[in-house]
Order: sequence, then C-alpha cells, then structure tokens
Amino acid sequence: MTDTAFDTTPAIDPAALKVSDEVAIEISNMNKWYGSFHVLRDIDLTVHRGERIVIAGPSGSGKSTMIRCINRLEEHQSGKIIVDGTELTSDLKNIDKIRSEVGMCFQHFNLFPHLTILENCTLAPIWVRKTPKKEAVETAMHFLEKVKIPDQANKYPGQLSGGQQQRVAIARSLCMKPRIMLFDEPTSALDPEMIKEVLDTMIELAQEGMTMICVTHEMGFARQVANRVIFMDQGQIVEQNEPEEFFNNPRSERTKLFLSQILGH
Amino acid sequence: MTTLTDPPAESFKLSMLVYDTRYRSITFQILALVAVLLLFGWLTMNTAQNLNDLGKEPSFSFLGESAGYDINQRLIDYSSQSTHLRAAFVGLLNTLLVAAMGCATATVIGVIVGVLRLSGNWLVARLMTVYVEMFRNVPVLMWIVLCMAILIEAMPPPSAFRGDDPDATMKLFDSVAITNRGVYIPEPLFSRSLGDFHVGAAFDVSINLIAILIVLGASIFVARGIARRADAKQEATGLRPRTWHTRLAVIVLPTVVLLAILGFHLGYPELKGFNFAGGTYMRNSLIALWLALSLYTAAFIAEIVRAGILAISSGQTEAAAALGLRNNRIMSLVVLPQAMRVIIPPLISQYLNLTKNSSLAIAVGYMDITGTLMGITLNQTGRELETVLLGMLVYLAISLIISGVMNWYNNRVKLVER
Repeated sequence: MTDTAFDTTPAIDPAALKVSDEVAIEISNMNKWYGSFHVLRDIDLTVHRGERIVIAGPSGSGKSTMIRCINRLEEHQSGKIIVDGTELTSDLKNIDKIRSEVGMCFQHFNLFPHLTILENCTLAPIWVRKTPKKEAVETAMHFLEKVKIPDQANKYPGQLSGGQQQRVAIARSLCMKPRIMLFDEPTSALDPEMIKEVLDTMIELAQEGMTMICVTHEMGFARQVANRVIFMDQGQIVEQNEPEEFFNNPRSERTKLFLSQILGH
Repeated sequence: MTTLTDPPAESFKLSMLVYDTRYRSITFQILALVAVLLLFGWLTMNTAQNLNDLGKEPSFSFLGESAGYDINQRLIDYSSQSTHLRAAFVGLLNTLLVAAMGCATATVIGVIVGVLRLSGNWLVARLMTVYVEMFRNVPVLMWIVLCMAILIEAMPPPSAFRGDDPDATMKLFDSVAITNRGVYIPEPLFSRSLGDFHVGAAFDVSINLIAILIVLGASIFVARGIARRADAKQEATGLRPRTWHTRLAVIVLPTVVLLAILGFHLGYPELKGFNFAGGTYMRNSLIALWLALSLYTAAFIAEIVRAGILAISSGQTEAAAALGLRNNRIMSLVVLPQAMRVIIPPLISQYLNLTKNSSLAIAVGYMDITGTLMGITLNQTGRELETVLLGMLVYLAISLIISGVMNWYNNRVKLVER
C-alpha cells in the first residue's frame, strides 16, 4: 500500500490513468418501464476497463436506476447488458457471477447494523466466495486500513459517523475483490466535512485503476477524477464527453440549464 | 478579587411543598401512595370483617382435603380420592400443556403465514390475508366452541368402529383412532422398566423418562460439538463439511439403543365394549382448545412477523444482494436477525395472551387450573377468595416466567447503538 495520505486533495491527472481497450460493461438498447412509466429509454453505453465515469442529471432522470440495472437490483425489460463478457439474464448463475464482479456503494451506506464492522466486511467473502475466515479477516483488515479505519473494526455501524460508515461500505465491497465499482450518490447523505474523506477514498481507488461508475452531484470530483461525464435526463443519455469539454462547452440546452443551476451558486 | 460564598440559604416554607417544582412531585406521590394504602386497607379489613361475620376464616387447609371429583384429561396420576392440591396441580399441568403446545404451533403457523403474506404470489398473499382477518376479528371463545362442535359432529363415534363392516377405521396402521370423544394414540410402554422415583408421597417421576432425557441431552451436546467442529473447519478452509447426517445419527442412535434396552414398545388403543381401551388419548376438548388458540394467536403473530420483516429497510436486502448473497442467505443472515428484534417484544405479549386465553378451556370442559382450582374446587369448598387468589398467583407466575425468559433473549439479540 502506498503511503499517500489524502490530508490534502491529491493532484491527479485523469489523462495519466490508463484506460484499456478491453470492454468491461456493454449496454445496448436497454429499456425499462415502471408500469407504464418509461424510466430508461434506449440506453447505449460502453465502459472500458479502467474508466472513471460520472453520471449527472436532475433527480428522476434514471441515473440510479441505470446503474442498479448493471447488477440486477433492477430488472431491465429490453435490450442487452453484458458485464465482463457475461450477459445479464434472469439466469441466477449469471446474476451471481456478475454480482461477485461488481461492487456497489449506496447513498445510505446500508451496512448491516447487527454485525460489527469486521463482520460486515467478511460476511460475503465467507458465504459467497467460501474464503476461510482467517483469510477473510486479513483481507478485511487490509481494506479497512486502506480506508483508514482499522481501529473501528470491532465496533458496530451505529457507533460510527456517516463518513466512516460510507468508507466501511466501500471496504466491504472491495473485500469481494470486484473489478468494477458502482457508486450511487455516495456522498449525498453526508455532512459537508465528511464528504471529502469519502471522495479521497474514491480518488485513491481510481488511481489504482478501478473501473468506476459514479452517480454524484460532486462536480469537483467529476472534473478531477472522471475521464467521461454522462448527462442523463428523462431516462435518456443526453450528452457525454470528457470533463473539460462537458463543463466548458455543453452541447445541449438541457445540459447548459442543468450546469447553470448546479454551478451557479 | 471575588470571594466565593455559599448560595443564600433558603428558608423552607410549607407552601413550597405544593408550589416548588423540587418538592411538588414528591408531595403528590406520597399523597397518592397514602390514598392507595388506605383503600387497600379498607378493602382488606372490610373483607375480613364480612368473612368473619359469615363464620368463614380465610384458610388454605381445604387444599389437603380429598377432592372427590374426577379429571378426565391428565398428565399425572389422579383419582377422586386425591387432594384438592393435587387436583390443582393436574389443572396447572394441563394449562402448561395447552399453553406450550399452543405457543409452539402458533409460532410456526404465524411465521409461515406472516412470510407468505408478503409473497409475490397474488393468490397466496390474499389467502393469508383472509385467514388473518377471519381469525383475529372473531372472539377466540367462538373459535374454541366452533372447533369443539366440528370435532364432535364430524368425527365418528367409537361405536362406528365396531362390527365386521365398520363405518370408520383406525388410521396409521390401526394405531390411531379419531373419534368424536377424542383422538386415541399409542402409549409408550417399557417391558424392562426402571420403575418410578418417588418425590415425597405425592409425585412419581419415571426413571425411564429421566434416563431418556439424559441420553438425549448428552447426544445433543455431542452433536453441537460436531457442529462447532464444522464451524472451525469452515473458518479454517472456507468449506463447510456436510455434517447433518452424522449429527442426526448421533442424536437418534443412542436414544434408540436405550429405548431398545428398556424394552420400549407401543400400547395400541383397542376397541373394548363401547369405547377404546389401552393407549393414551387426547380429548376433543384439548384438541379443540389447542387448535383454536393456535390458529387465533397465529393470526396476530403473522402480523407481527410481517411487520418485523417490513421494518427492515429494502436497502439491507439490496446491499446483501449486491454483495452476491442469494435470497435464502439474505433472509437468514441479514433480514431475520434484525427482524427478530422487532418481532420479539410483541411476540411476548402474544404468548402471554395465549396462556391467559387458555382459561377459556372451561367452555369445552378441558380441566385446566381455572377448571379445577377455580371451578370445581371452588364450588365444592366455597373458598372463592382463596382459590381465586391462588389462581391469579399461578397465572401471574407463569406470565412472569414467560416474559422473563423472552426479555432475556431479547436483550441478548439487541442492536448496539452508539
């Protein structure tokens, strides 16, 4: 582990991070309805390994729903989703395979309150990956050190602050050694001063080459880490571009309006 | 330079007892306590005086007298020559029997119905809703009487089993007879019995039963050891060895061997004259009471279980699913352990309700503690005050024990916060 403490915001050059040609996620022509409400319309998205994608958009635009489709927390009704070469169908085996490749962090952390921090991190490796407990504990402690809370390992989630809980949630996902991480508004439920500690953890993750898709309103994070920003509205991908281009020369009117609203104050 | 001084000593005024917030609540509490004590004192004095005028000294000596009545459903030996105390004890055991059977069945049915009510299957979920609404919206007394009526009307009388071409036959290889008087089942008998163990003059405890319980206990202890070894193996290698068959064998085999040594065999009920003889039997009253109490309480437990599961946010299920856990594991590792904390406190009151509702047994003639001590004994001895006080004490003791045990369990599984 490198000794990079993110006490100050690290300088990171998105261009320096390598993006390989290998396709990690391929979504083509995906549609989803809630009853008669068309939530996602003709989504086409290819994610290469090592990409850091930020998804922005107004609430109700389908951002969360889209990334929740990638690990089947939501079911898509038409189109194709291929994750790491496995097509997402209702076949349980495929779902299991994809879920063990894809980690996810939620807005409200969703730690298991009846288990200690360490047990939260070892539960899935032990029961899903069939890792020996000793090894699972070692891995868990490694990742807890990485998110800088190894001393809280034997506490319960209720005893931690929001920022610490979200970092535990990240460590819990990492314990499954995923190749892709999904973040669903990871900082939206946090106090402002805790946002930074979570973002720093995510930046460190990006530096190590993790493929990341992040729904967030943190435009600073998008500028700094993302190699691509996607703007969604009314269930469609309206625009996608490199951060600089996206923020400086938005093409569609809808994007311009959105950016003026969130950056305007 | 300032000098520190004591705050000025206040002079105490009598009006402060009422108008000063520091003394006000204490004053009123003392007044209320005095009023309550006076009321109780007056009631006790009055009752004692009136009993005295009637020539009835409060006394519990009637408990040692011969009861002079029969009890048809009992777990221990009893005859009409036995004392009122023993009759009360038979009644107490009957109460505990139906309460324990009822709580167990109600929990099983309740959990199943509660989970199924959340099922995605429209028909199943609706059926469970109908069940819950039907049972919890009708007084339990009616369900008890209805169950009794159905058992009496729908089952054949013992005479139907007679003749060359009987109308009714015994079930399960001629071992069980279901009649309108009750269900006759085989009884356990020991040809090489170890005899009985006498506790005082009144109670006999079967040594056979003790031996079986000891062996069973030891087997379960060993089986748990095997399970712990499997846990250790899982911790060390990640793979959990399949042990359920060795565990089952360890539990079952020693007991079977002991039963064989004791010469265990079943005494089958047989039709003799107008009724069945041999075997043991559960009267209709017990079955009706058990059924009605279980089904009635299960409707409430189902709602509690449903609420408990719904109280766990969907985020928990999603997080577990995102980690790759399958539904059954999510239920057993994540949802149920948390739901238990919501379920247990109201579950305690359902167990207490069931136990207390079992006093409705008298409606179908099942002789529980209400039927014996506060029923026939009261009528025969005229000791209403003593019997009712004793009865209340018994129910109070049972209830306190149940809630004590459940609260202990609840504390053990409580969530740690802050």
